[in-house]
Amino acid sequence: MVNLKKIYLDNAATTLVAPEVRKIIDNVNDKYFGNPSSVHSIGQESHRLLDENRRKIADFVGANVDEIIFTSGGSEGDNLAIRGIVAENRKQNTENDKPHVITSLVEHHAVLHTVQELEKEGLIEATYLRPTADGIITADTVKEAIKDNTILVSLIYVNNETGVVTPIEEIGEVIQKENSRRAAVATPHNLLLPPPLTPPQAGGESLGRGGKIYFHSDAVQAAEWEEMNADKLKIDLLTFTAHKFHGPKGVGALYIRKGTPIKPQITGGSQEFGKRAGTENLAGIAGMAGAITQVKSQESKVKSQVESLRDKLEQGIVDSIPDVIINGKGAKRAPHVSNISFINAEGEAIILNLDFLGIAVSSGSACTSRSLEPSHVLTAMGIPPEKAHGSIRFSLSRYTTEPEIDKVLEVLPPIIKKLREMSPFK
Amino acid sequence: MEYTKQALDHFMNPRNVGEIKDADGIGQVGNMRCGDIMYVYIKVKSRKSKVESGKEEYIEDIKFKTLGCAAAIASSSMMTELAKGKSIDEAGKLSRDDINEALGILPKQKYHCSILSADAIHKAIDDYKAKKAGKQAS
Repeated sequence: MVNLKKIYLDNAATTLVAPEVRKIIDNVNDKYFGNPSSVHSIGQESHRLLDENRRKIADFVGANVDEIIFTSGGSEGDNLAIRGIVAENRKQNTENDKPHVITSLVEHHAVLHTVQELEKEGLIEATYLRPTADGIITADTVKEAIKDNTILVSLIYVNNETGVVTPIEEIGEVIQKENSRRAAVATPHNLLLPPPLTPPQAGGESLGRGGKIYFHSDAVQAAEWEEMNADKLKIDLLTFTAHKFHGPKGVGALYIRKGTPIKPQITGGSQEFGKRAGTENLAGIAGMAGAITQVKSQESKVKSQVESLRDKLEQGIVDSIPDVIINGKGAKRAPHVSNISFINAEGEAIILNLDFLGIAVSSGSACTSRSLEPSHVLTAMGIPPEKAHGSIRFSLSRYTTEPEIDKVLEVLPPIIKKLREMSPFK
Repeated sequence: MEYTKQALDHFMNPRNVGEIKDADGIGQVGNMRCGDIMYVYIKVKSRKSKVESGKEEYIEDIKFKTLGCAAAIASSSMMTELAKGKSIDEAGKLSRDDINEALGILPKQKYHCSILSADAIHKAIDDYKAKKAGKQAS
């Protein structure tokens, strides 16, 4: 049982389940145990509840109900999007005509390792975009990376380690333009345009050369704080997961724009419009919908509150501790994440000292904090390993209070001082 | 990361932190890439041997400075405790496993930190011996 007197500043790892959400989950588990696929009334009641909640979640991203696929969370959503698009495309590609996927060096491992895996298996050709020193993937780098055989661009929306926001809408525009160009080239009636470089493919949704580029974003850290309307973002696939916005763990969704060909990665029953087999996690889905309702009702006020606490934390640290770097400071950032390098102090040593005082933070992502390698995100931003090793991620939530930030600002300077006095460097 | 009580104690309350200005031997190990760097300073004196007749050299004082994770700091601290007061020969035989076992076994991925602190004391002793040989030669 977590001591509630503890100060939890690791909300980018996971968030506490909101009390209102907990109630919904308990209620569904209590009253709707039926399988939504069953024909009898007990099953049909569950099916109705599933539909209702799918509607709410679809509204959140401005989608139709049949564009929402429930998953087990962020990693599954990313895998389904990337592997699903690549697998559908491969059918139409020959051995020497590999599809090209564009992603970045600052992705969550759910995307990065998936793309690397497909590349290793020889199924795709991949480009990993380098961010600016502030951690931004720019629309220009995407534009330059697009090739004739590009079929997918997958970019993180809000970086989980730095909070840096990718200009998704702007990149969406670049991709839309390229898609219109391709469509025009592929239309033989259009005599005003030069002839196609490669012949258009016959029948169905043409993919690969001359076909469409699909745009996916891992929006796991963005859901509570940034624009999530798929049309506004000009995006085809959007991954999100409930536990990052005070919903339960083990449930998420993938938005798939109508007409996007995707091959299921979990086969079996015909649930989720045939795109993801398995009995639906009804209580989790209802919990996620409940968490979304809360996010929508409190949006703007909470965002500015979290942002000002984050700014207070950063200002306080800069004012009281010398030799600190706020990573991604020059970029547009989501309000809840702050990534700070403390020169000549090591991340894990800082985390444990804070933990002794009841303050939970992390270094980089929870996935990397058990490895010895410096964060791949900070490294890609050009931050040298010795600085990356001393980086801490503070991540706030709507439940973070000012006295909690004050407490961190009170205890952190002596911890850093103590560690630096122990260091052989001055 | 699961650390034992001994390791956490040595991390939170490290023994023998500091520098020895006129150290007889200094050992520096680690690199910035892995994030752990240790400097070890020793002061060597001579005393009546316990095991044989005649004199032996021993580590009269030892200090360390470490930039690194909890395991690096804990293993530095434990190493200084194990080495302090030992004869040069005994301290030279201190192994990574001696340090690791004294800490109640570090998490697997942190094992290299105990390697580092064992290397640090060995290097400090080598440095002392080299300096001494240099003095005698001149």
